[in-house]
Amino acid sequence: MSGFLTLYRRELDLAWGRGGGALLACGFYACVAALVPLAVGPDPERLAAVGPGVAWIALALSTLLSLERLYERDFEDGGLDLLALGPIPLEAVALAKGLAQWTAGSLPLALATPVAALLLGGAPQALPLTFAAALLGGLGFSFVGSMGAALALGARRGGVLIAVVVLPLFCPLVIFGAGAIEAFAAGMNWTPGLAFLGAYSLAAVALTPFAAAAAVRNALS
Amino acid sequence: MRLIVENLAVARGGRRLFEGLGFAAEPGEAVALTGANGSGKTSLLRAIAGLIRPEDGHIRFEDGHSGLEADEARASRLHLMGHQDGLKPTRTAREELAFQARWCGAPEAAIAEAVGTLELQPLLALETRKLSAGQKRRLALGRLVAAPRALWLMDEPLAPLDARWRERIGALMAAHLAGGGSILAAVHDPLPIPARGVSL
Repeated sequence: MSGFLTLYRRELDLAWGRGGGALLACGFYACVAALVPLAVGPDPERLAAVGPGVAWIALALSTLLSLERLYERDFEDGGLDLLALGPIPLEAVALAKGLAQWTAGSLPLALATPVAALLLGGAPQALPLTFAAALLGGLGFSFVGSMGAALALGARRGGVLIAVVVLPLFCPLVIFGAGAIEAFAAGMNWTPGLAFLGAYSLAAVALTPFAAAAAVRNALS
Repeated sequence: MRLIVENLAVARGGRRLFEGLGFAAEPGEAVALTGANGSGKTSLLRAIAGLIRPEDGHIRFEDGHSGLEADEARASRLHLMGHQDGLKPTRTAREELAFQARWCGAPEAAIAEAVGTLELQPLLALETRKLSAGQKRRLALGRLVAAPRALWLMDEPLAPLDARWRERIGALMAAHLAGGGSILAAVHDPLPIPARGVSL
């Protein structure tokens, strides 16, 4: 357990410290959200219709930004050997990295999402749900993304490869997350969407560390 | 702990690097691994650490007369010191030493002691990208000193160090051997301590 916490703290520090992409991802998110009115026009009704969906696409894309360095920097400088020979199995290493990715990367983005949704004409009463969905969906984005980052280890242009591997797996998160918010806005039952979002995210937490650990072993050997 | 390598064959990229390799490293013994570039010294160290699966043969760890579970021995009884130091360029030497040593299970007092032994105090506040190769190596050696483990697997451990520090690290290695530890080091220059040679 102490090994897990030691690694988690170090990953947080790497994500937030210099060279980390957490704030950069928030800036990117703001930029994408700001482009939308320029593309679809400033008509409030039209914006409110596309708002939740666009906010979710921006969230998915912003998550991608900080993924490339997650395993790559440890792979390049030999630190991954140390992690592989550590006190906790590689599956737990992947879990710690995924959780840190969520805390450092998705939490700030989840805070930015209600703001973006509001600016895009989303209903104020939908904001708590927007935040909760972004936080829960961020868990799925982080863990599926971490798996993609591990799979792309050692590949040239790994960042693009991660995006190609990971974006199709993001589809359910976008469908359920944006779907729940849209259902809420339309006055329909939004709980099934949120429940499916949670289920997919938790399944990602439970399953992807095994795939990530296998990918790391493969990259090291 | 005794390391026993039997009839080992390792291949990289479809090419056999060596086969039929057998040797043992007894407690208190240093083994100097020599061979031309690309002869498989690094791969042998990584295979012993469990990072590479050998094509053939066995790697065993024994304590006294009883065999040890390989994964457990690897996680808690050996240090692998590759030719890269695994230091993050944007973190300070203090943070990186603390992480590496804690990750290996070293208590805080032992980390402070390692700082003294390796004279790391003046470096601690610096980001590791500002350190020279020799200083980085000393920092990476910190975890070996702070978290005592029986077997040190070292890949060119002395290459970046100056003459004074080669001597100092030699003394550290001698102390490790005197305490019943063993060392397997891939080298081009002879080690500053008595060592049995194994040629690939």
